Amino acid sequence: MGHIATTGIIDSDVHPAVPGMRALLPYFDPHWREVIEARGVDGLDLAYYPPNAPVSARPDWRVPGQKPGSDLAGLQTNALDAFGLSRAICNCLYGGPAMYSEDLGAAICRATNGWIAEEWLNRDDRLRASIVIPIQNAELAVDEIERWAPDKRFVQILVLASNEALLGRRQNWPIFRAAEKHGLPIGIHAGSAMRHAPTANGWPSTLYEEHVSMAQTFQSQLLSLIAEGAFTKFPDLRVVLLESGISWLPNLFWRSIKMWRGMRKEIPWVDRSPAAIVRDRVRFTLQPLDLPPDQNQVDQLLEQIGSDDIFLFSTDYPHWRFDGGDPMPSALPKELLRKAMRETPLATYPRLRETV
Amino acid sequence: MSTSTLVRAATPPAARLRLVDCDIHPTVRSMKDLHPFLSAQWREHLDSFGQRFRQAFGGATAYPKATPALARRDSWPADGSPPGSDLEMMQRQHLDANGIDRGMLFPLFPRALDERNIDCAHAVCAAINDWQVAEWTSKEPRLKATITVMAEDADGAVAEIERCAKNPAFAQVALVTRPIEPLGRKRYWRIYEAAAYHGLPLGLHNSGNNGHAVTGGGAPSFYFEEHQGVALSMQAMATSFVLEGVPQRIPDLKIVIVEGGFGWAAPLGWRMDSFFDRFRGEVPHLKMKPSEYLRRNFWWTTQPMEEPEQPEHLRAMIDWMGWDRIVFASDYPHWDSDDPRFAFKIRLNDQERQNIFAGNAEAIYGERLA
Amino acid sequence: MTRHIVAAVGEIPENGSKLVKVKGRPVALFHVDGSYFAISNVCPHEGGSLCHGKLVGLVQSSEPGVYEHSRPNEMLQCPWHGWEFDIRTGQSWCDPDSIKARAYVVSVEDGAELAKGPFVAETFPVSVENQYVLIEMK
Repeated sequence: MGHIATTGIIDSDVHPAVPGMRALLPYFDPHWREVIEARGVDGLDLAYYPPNAPVSARPDWRVPGQKPGSDLAGLQTNALDAFGLSRAICNCLYGGPAMYSEDLGAAICRATNGWIAEEWLNRDDRLRASIVIPIQNAELAVDEIERWAPDKRFVQILVLASNEALLGRRQNWPIFRAAEKHGLPIGIHAGSAMRHAPTANGWPSTLYEEHVSMAQTFQSQLLSLIAEGAFTKFPDLRVVLLESGISWLPNLFWRSIKMWRGMRKEIPWVDRSPAAIVRDRVRFTLQPLDLPPDQNQVDQLLEQIGSDDIFLFSTDYPHWRFDGGDPMPSALPKELLRKAMRETPLATYPRLRETV
Repeated sequence: MSTSTLVRAATPPAARLRLVDCDIHPTVRSMKDLHPFLSAQWREHLDSFGQRFRQAFGGATAYPKATPALARRDSWPADGSPPGSDLEMMQRQHLDANGIDRGMLFPLFPRALDERNIDCAHAVCAAINDWQVAEWTSKEPRLKATITVMAEDADGAVAEIERCAKNPAFAQVALVTRPIEPLGRKRYWRIYEAAAYHGLPLGLHNSGNNGHAVTGGGAPSFYFEEHQGVALSMQAMATSFVLEGVPQRIPDLKIVIVEGGFGWAAPLGWRMDSFFDRFRGEVPHLKMKPSEYLRRNFWWTTQPMEEPEQPEHLRAMIDWMGWDRIVFASDYPHWDSDDPRFAFKIRLNDQERQNIFAGNAEAIYGERLA
Repeated sequence: MTRHIVAAVGEIPENGSKLVKVKGRPVALFHVDGSYFAISNVCPHEGGSLCHGKLVGLVQSSEPGVYEHSRPNEMLQCPWHGWEFDIRTGQSWCDPDSIKARAYVVSVEDGAELAKGPFVAETFPVSVENQYVLIEMK
């Protein structure tokens, strides 16, 4: 692993892709299988990652005619073996959570989870996965969590960064209750169900702008979880931001502390600094990075963030975040990386501790 | 030292520094104050139908603010009229007391930047512009006016800029910051060309409702969130300007981001630059790195002052963005306003103070501040 | 320690305040439910004039959605940025150990008692029939 030597590396974000709805068919019940086929339901990959966009796959990981990330052998060769990973957490971004029909959404999530268990987890014991849930309906979402929770290879609950409602809203609390009960962090991944314009200013023209502005949506989600009291109500709730970047953290800390000092009576259950809550309860994957150009600035940024044990190493396979054999920029301190590769993921994901 | 204890600025003994305040909010006592500047038709229209915004209530927001009228509690005139409506009090409490040499007016109450009725919006924007001159700048030469325009109809906005630009009382052009489409989109470019042609910076103060939730993830519950959401939306606004190529197309356009915070300026540049290689094919019109446009065409006001957990971190943040990029603003008389004596929790040297409190603003606005 | 007469009882309405100066220092004096409290008038954050602040209750919460209101009018919110200070101690709610407005000991005495001294009345006329509010300051 390039400039840092360690063993037992845990990759907290890799992306198996559903090759097409045909692959999921065996995992639907007869009714939904018939619906999927009869109505031609397919193509539910998020618009956030157009298959041919440069960001969606590293050029040397692409296989002509194959959707990036859809092949286990590719993940094994290019990531698990190449980087010497002991564990990798599969986050499958496929359509279920974005469907308008709650029932269809739940069926697709269920099929996706079944497919992940069978086609990936069963075929390489280095793999772990997140449970995808129909967040449109908390009751159905909890059903889906309960269905897979007995399988300890599912280590997290996965949601998109933008859904019908902000995540902290109390309608989502049954999900957090289930998450806490089963020791499953909530992983919030870049991407949107597009119930809202990607920015408060409306619909941008470019994918580039959406990727840049996703940082604001992540910040809004943290503020929502804090303000609504989700972290207060669920003391064991852990949240992981996947592909959020980190350079916006200091400013979020400063503003949220300042507003808390003036407006904390509005949210009196928030009885400590929002920054302290984030450092305690939220973790961040390290790809993609949005670091400053020079080392001195990186050091200053990290000092302002004020914690080196909130980061999780990730390759973001197959997305194109880096070239060559070292997923991490040399600007990050070795001690931070050492923690991010094993110690912090083990502390973040209780289920990894059970099975490592 | 704690994050927030008072640090009294070292005042240079010899020459008092000039002080330019880039955000002061004048207010009408009631809409009747605008009547002299409206036709009979629009007076009657407003009396009957009021203004139409993209919000639930005619006279209030569904996110109650921290204080009545958003105001600091010591800014109410004795007769109970709204804070910011009394020039004499503004002079006594703010301009004189704080030694303000130039103050940029930014009217928010009333505003028509995001009025839905296009004709009404243009009429009220024009009335607000005339009212600033008649009731404020002509009575108090330290104050400068802002040309407010409704951006969704670029023709009308350009016409209003043309109408006002000749008057040296006006120093900038204001648009809503949460428009129907992100401000970088082409439908708004004619407005920017007109502003740049007349040497008028854009002064973009967070404002307006476009009907979109204030976050990309939906509407939050609390003012604690909404207030920050609005600041976050200013980042999306700056991103839109840069990536759509506005400063590439209009290199001399000056964009002053008012009351949006400034601690995000450098990190946003890093983020755009970090992703640039992957997305370059989507933005072939960009000839420089995105951060270079931020560094060339954008400025930020200081208020609401960034308050790091460790005060000295502020210095790094300003180092990153550039000491020529920030200009002082008080936001008088709003509740989250800043006092020029106490806003900075770090010690500034004379040159830094001079730049932030006057020099940078004078460089942006030039003779419009004269 | 010197005691300074700063107000007559009855002069400040219930839940009202008065800006007084003691040895040149501005002090915000509050009257809440028959008691008087004095803290420095200068908010330690950005200098807001605390006598213009709003007296509010203490709001706490045992869980989200629950608002427990107690100690009516014993917290002061700065008129500017809304930071809350306990008028009994001057401590800020959010950072009580390191951010505080200086609190002063306040007492109420009969005019007849005060006539015996020692106290500093500065420019304050004292009548033996009235009661007065005193602030202790070195």
